[in-house]
Amino acid sequence: MLGLGVDRLQADINRLLTSLFHQGVLDEQFLQLQQLQDDTSPTFVYDVINIYFDESEKLLRSLRLLLMDREFSDYKKIGLHLNQLVGSSSSIGARRVRNVCVAFRSASELNNRPGCLRGLEVVEHEYHYLKNMMHELFQLEQQRLLAAGVRYPM
Amino acid sequence: MGMAAEPQFHVLAVDDSLFDRKLIERLLQKASCQVTTVDSGYKALEFLGLREGVESNDPDAVSTSPEIHQEVEVNLIITDYCMPGMTGYDLLKKVKESSAFKNMPVVIMSSENVPARISRCLEEGAEEFFLKPVRLADLNKLKPLMMKTKLKKQKLEEIEKTSKDENGTVAAVEPEVKILPLQSELEPKQVHLQVVQEEQTLSSNKRKSMEEGLSTDRSRPRFEGITTAV
Repeated sequence: MLGLGVDRLQADINRLLTSLFHQGVLDEQFLQLQQLQDDTSPTFVYDVINIYFDESEKLLRSLRLLLMDREFSDYKKIGLHLNQLVGSSSSIGARRVRNVCVAFRSASELNNRPGCLRGLEVVEHEYHYLKNMMHELFQLEQQRLLAAGVRYPM
Repeated sequence: MGMAAEPQFHVLAVDDSLFDRKLIERLLQKASCQVTTVDSGYKALEFLGLREGVESNDPDAVSTSPEIHQEVEVNLIITDYCMPGMTGYDLLKKVKESSAFKNMPVVIMSSENVPARISRCLEEGAEEFFLKPVRLADLNKLKPLMMKTKLKKQKLEEIEKTSKDENGTVAAVEPEVKILPLQSELEPKQVHLQVVQEEQTLSSNKRKSMEEGLSTDRSRPRFEGITTAV
């Protein structure tokens, strides 16, 4: 019974990851990240993605504040924030988030405010979708660990 | 294989982003290196015992630091390019201008592929320029470089010790440091040869962008001093 639980959960995890790869939400850089996790650093992926969430949300809040300001003109600052988002999103394999950030950045380079506002909305949408998917993945992995843990009492 | 319990190399990693520090630290650990991370060029210089160009072992310098800095054994500095205050390029210059660390290998990382930036860094003496995301394969390629620098340093220290011990009656032995054949493989323009060793073929796009940014007949004044006697 317990063995089935682990296998079933692993199958769910695989199916979710496959789906995310097919949708282009994640790319092979995410696999590189998983390869860095091992017994000496067993929660690396979880830790680093949570740092990514914290830093990204700060940047997104800052971007929204900047663009909501009627007097706004600091496109350079928007560009700097987006450079960070593009870089960190690439580093975790968040392909779609990275791509929409690049598009947003192009609008900022043209000083196109409506384009920036649209760009921000798209980025926020993609970012939240990614976050939800990652939470689902982490939950499944947590359940799988628990199921495997019961099989191998410490 | 892989029996060494102690890491052979100590790398100083510099990046203002916590996320990037976490990543590079893990990558370096996975490459069996000891890692120290700092969040700015200033802190990197402090760690090395350099303070804004004032070296702690320079007797003529007026040191404002009350601490006496023990020389730290660092085999490589890897730094982000875009940092507030002191950029990776500024840090590179300071390190290469110092007499204590001018032979310290420095690697620059950036998420932006700007050929002019890459050339400028390499011309200033950076060993490599990595586009982020950095991969484990990239770091493993640095090992021959770190080994050579470490061996050279050890040899120089041995020679100094020898000439001190023997009251000047024995001539110092000339250090014969061989340039390992692998050195040529570190040239970015030839890195496409490395692609077959890469785990992921997609990482070649990073190397290609470096190649595009460099003229193939550019000669790099690297390691020219090694074969000459001290």
